[in-house]
Amino acid sequence: MLRVSGLTKQFGGLLAVYGVDFAAEPGQILALIGPNGAGKTTVFNLITGVLQADQGQVFLGDKRIDGLRPFQIAAHGVSRTFQNLELFTTLTVAENVMVGAWVRSRTRFTRCLFRRPGQMKKDRELYDKALALLRQLGLDGMADLPASSLPFGQQRLLEIARALAGEPQVLLLDEPAAGLNNTESRELASYLRSLADGGQTLILVEHDMETVMGVADQVVVLNFGTVIARGTPSEVQENPEVITAYLGKEDDEVC
Amino acid sequence: MAAAKRWYWISLVLVVLCVPLFVKSSYVLSILIVIGLYAIIVQGLGLLMGYAGQVSFGQAAFYGLGAYTAAILATRCDWPPLLCVLVAPFLPALVALIIGRPILRLREHYLVLATLGFGILAFAVFNELIGLTGGPSGLTGIPYLSVGPLVLDTDRAYYYVVWGFLGLVILGMANLTASPIGRAFKAIHASEQAAESAGINTALLKLQAFVLSAFLAGLAGSLYAFWVTFVGPSPFGFTASIEFVLMAVVGGLGTLWGPVLGAAIIVGLTEFLRWGVPVVMPKAGGEFEIVFFGIVFVLIMLLRPQGILAPGRSRRVARAVVREEKCSG
Repeated sequence: MLRVSGLTKQFGGLLAVYGVDFAAEPGQILALIGPNGAGKTTVFNLITGVLQADQGQVFLGDKRIDGLRPFQIAAHGVSRTFQNLELFTTLTVAENVMVGAWVRSRTRFTRCLFRRPGQMKKDRELYDKALALLRQLGLDGMADLPASSLPFGQQRLLEIARALAGEPQVLLLDEPAAGLNNTESRELASYLRSLADGGQTLILVEHDMETVMGVADQVVVLNFGTVIARGTPSEVQENPEVITAYLGKEDDEVC
Repeated sequence: MAAAKRWYWISLVLVVLCVPLFVKSSYVLSILIVIGLYAIIVQGLGLLMGYAGQVSFGQAAFYGLGAYTAAILATRCDWPPLLCVLVAPFLPALVALIIGRPILRLREHYLVLATLGFGILAFAVFNELIGLTGGPSGLTGIPYLSVGPLVLDTDRAYYYVVWGFLGLVILGMANLTASPIGRAFKAIHASEQAAESAGINTALLKLQAFVLSAFLAGLAGSLYAFWVTFVGPSPFGFTASIEFVLMAVVGGLGTLWGPVLGAAIIVGLTEFLRWGVPVVMPKAGGEFEIVFFGIVFVLIMLLRPQGILAPGRSRRVARAVVREEKCSG
């Protein structure tokens, strides 16, 4: 379980995130939505330690993880994908996933220098596990291609596979459906649902309301860095403040 | 595939073993020894530059630190030479750990500046700490390397020692770069942010590469001490550090054989210039070597910026990639 409380971050004079609270439960998909610039990705960056919060705490179970460095937070079991893909483009598809499994592979520098037989066997196992994961995401048959050769939609899926390879407790997805076509995003939604049903805690940032409404159990709406509404998708959808945030005030509307 | 690979290694080892049978000249053998020593240093530097993406201008200082440590252990403490060779590299490694720890947590190229400063400082210490290092006149009376009753006092024997160590170093590098660690380094190169998010302690990994590079430079230094049996400050100056970086770049970063080729080219060129320049220009001084190195470096950067042995991403492909990156970015 991941709990965020009173999260605040200021960039110069701009209050990017202010007093954000939410809790994500295992088996649930929590969606963080809001218009462009509402602070969604900043919240992800605060959770994963890419940015340091000015105020507030992040708890993973009972452990406080804010203030740790990104690799430590990953080691505690928080994985993420990136809005602007951050694949290891010089590695193959399978290797990307194998790097994703780094947190549980306990690789030692000196052991690799002397090539202990155990190391080789472990690497083979990692490769097999990567293949299994790629199959789940429909990327089998591409394992040994360079990651950069995949089309955009599959690169997004590969990022998810890489994040899952570390067997995280909490999976953070930053606009996973952006750039996918309708069929692809429907398939993705059902895959995410199946992950949640398997007990995975999922938090996703999404810009597009419709994608969210289909999969999320709980929605938190951000606008100008603060939470303006929360609840089930249908509750949120009818919230007048949310409608205003997304569509603008009625008297502002030109057409 | 595996069999072909084995034959490749076996034939390389045979070539290295047979060279002294055909080379009778002690001069050529000593050049081969120097190439071997430098190749050991450049293996470490190549790992640091090609994989960890960091540059060190202090490798000559680590080289010197290894040489002085070995020399002092052998002459003042009367340690057996072989033990000195194996122990001495740990001091430069420790120093690298102390320098690198705070610096490699910073993202930018602060290591260049820190190692630059360290190199100059270390050179001053070699010169000025006369009680320990002998100052400008150096340390003499270092015994030859010996294993039991066998004394390795000929260039032929020492060639085998140095290239034997180089072989072990190359084997270690081959293991490392093919391992999950090598993969992690490539991942950091592609996206440091994503690598951190995958749980890779990027600062630690870079630090380990830096410490290993210092260890290898120290190993070359301690081997050097028992070959020349004299250690003075002159080979460990700033110019040498630049030459090591040049060797790494010329040979090709991120390749297994680039360091050997780079060392061979630069050492060969230095020797060629030493007798070639006076023939053409009798009045020219040593500064012409620097000019030639400059020209070589510029030519490499223009014609083959990835180094001679690095995988051939031709200029056309490179341009296409740049175009693509511009479009997607």
